[in-house]
Amino acid sequence: MTNKRNIWLTGPYLVWIAGFIILPLLVILFYAFTNPAGNFTFSNITAAVTDITNIKAFGLTMLLGFLATAICLLLAYPLALCLTKLKIKQKSSVIFLFILPMWMNFMLQMVAINVILEDNGIINMLLSSLGLPNMHIANTFGAILIGMVYDYFPFMLLPIYNTVSRIDKDLINASKDLGASSFMTFLKVTLPLSMPGVISGITMVFVPAISDFAIAEMLGGGKIMLIGNVVEMSFTKGQYFQGSGLALILMLFVVASSLIPGDDEAEASVEGGVVLP
Amino acid sequence: MEKNPIITLKDISLSFDGEQVLDKLDLSIYDGEFVTLLGPSGCGKTSTLRIIGGFLTPDSGDVFFGDKRVNDLPPYKRPVNTIFQRYALFPHLNVYDNVAFGMKVQKKNKAEIAETVDRMLTMVGLKGFEKRTVSTLSGGQQQRVAIARALANNPKVLLLDEPLAALDLKLRKEMQNELKNMQKSLGITFIYVTHDQEEALTMSDRVVVMDGGVIQQIGTPIDIYNEPQNVFVADFIGDSNLFSGIMVRDLLVNILGVDFPCVDTGFGENNPVDVVIRPEDVLLVPAKDGQITGTVTSLIFKGVHYEMNIMAGGYKWLVHSTKMEPVGAEVGLCVEPENIQIMHKPHSVQQEGHGIDE
Repeated sequence: MTNKRNIWLTGPYLVWIAGFIILPLLVILFYAFTNPAGNFTFSNITAAVTDITNIKAFGLTMLLGFLATAICLLLAYPLALCLTKLKIKQKSSVIFLFILPMWMNFMLQMVAINVILEDNGIINMLLSSLGLPNMHIANTFGAILIGMVYDYFPFMLLPIYNTVSRIDKDLINASKDLGASSFMTFLKVTLPLSMPGVISGITMVFVPAISDFAIAEMLGGGKIMLIGNVVEMSFTKGQYFQGSGLALILMLFVVASSLIPGDDEAEASVEGGVVLP
Repeated sequence: MEKNPIITLKDISLSFDGEQVLDKLDLSIYDGEFVTLLGPSGCGKTSTLRIIGGFLTPDSGDVFFGDKRVNDLPPYKRPVNTIFQRYALFPHLNVYDNVAFGMKVQKKNKAEIAETVDRMLTMVGLKGFEKRTVSTLSGGQQQRVAIARALANNPKVLLLDEPLAALDLKLRKEMQNELKNMQKSLGITFIYVTHDQEEALTMSDRVVVMDGGVIQQIGTPIDIYNEPQNVFVADFIGDSNLFSGIMVRDLLVNILGVDFPCVDTGFGENNPVDVVIRPEDVLLVPAKDGQITGTVTSLIFKGVHYEMNIMAGGYKWLVHSTKMEPVGAEVGLCVEPENIQIMHKPHSVQQEGHGIDE
């Protein structure tokens, strides 16, 4: 338990979460179960999950979240492995390079990606100069995916890199010493020991990806509706009740997705997955 | 019986970032012996072990297992196993799976694995700990799991990298005995790295004293202690009084201006030599009977003996004796001829640099 004398130190933060986190959540909760006449109702929730546009938006959101997470993971994991093998002096500068985009204004990042992807943007110019057919990427599902991967990649890389780089080099040596090839060592030692980083990376990419609306709006040209956009639209149109219902459902998804790969289960799946007969 | 070396290192050199770690090292290790690589930190002992294990590749020179050159053989194909300094147990596996690791990757059958793990855990006294995670074990228990894990692979040679360094004194003594007994009963060759000279002397069949990437002396613990070949070995192994002396002629050496009879021959006449006299070999006699006389400057009770500093002939002698002389007392010092160890002066200036300072 916290030392009683020091508990008042948490006061400012308690005020903060009460005002900016708990109160708004209660307001959402209240709106979600209320109709415009001020009576209790489930209709906001049922509307949220039965409306065909909403269901489509949910599906698309989950697909995007899943793909963005998977691509980030596939890019980040091998990179993290390589980074740990670098000499210390090189490491920090290389990691700095990967984090650098985070320092740039978000709007600017999105505008820049658009310029690259546009019909007469950089990619298509390159394709034309090579005599290849042009691609229509801007304002598509693909453009949003690229934007998400670009934006969330560091959040996948850093936790994985942190866990992988903390694996004691002698554990790898011990595995090889005991007769495991490099590949077996990866399967039986490196991979299981890096799982906490992988799980936190997945959470840190998937959760913001499924609640995103800004990237979708900037790179989807308003044509692609993710659940975040539907929520945002409800509120800008003044439909607080429906919007709150949707937001609540989305929140449940977020909570659920960050709970699924609990620590114990990850360990169990590691054991079940790679331990040989 | 002519014995063949099980491991031979030939002309091994290694450098890190331009710093010479091992310099043209030659070493043969024979089947079934307990060899200790002993030296101060940075002497190259751990690097030597890692070269044998395959974790380091020498810049030049060859490593042979039997007659086979194994320079390019990766660690996982070498018939040696290592006990790492900080045990390097797999934190995500329990005790059983740690010990079974090597056999599982070699796809041994389940019954055989279970039988071997059981035998190993019984041997190290950890039966019943199979399901425990390694983080719940004490340092000594983790050490035992590491031993069981390495021996479960049935290696021909076991490499031990300062395995007892992290244990407290009592446990360390216990483990020294256990390791020695295990080595004898299993008949496995042990190559043991330590900076602890006492550990090296008590456990080993042969001790390899290293410094500055060079082997200073190889010999049995008794040889190393009683007949150090140079100042470094004399100084590193046990306490000693080191002198720069002149070999007057065979059987007579001059130290601090006094002629002492000795038993060494073949050092020429009037040649400078290094001389070592162990503190327990200095005899305290009445002042008039001493070969050299001096004054006691300090006295410490050490349990079995007294440790005294005695100023004599301008040198502060370290003396261990069961006889107590109070500080300020005039005493005579005597040394039996066979207890005076004469050594050649190092040839190069550089070698001298590794000398007494370290």
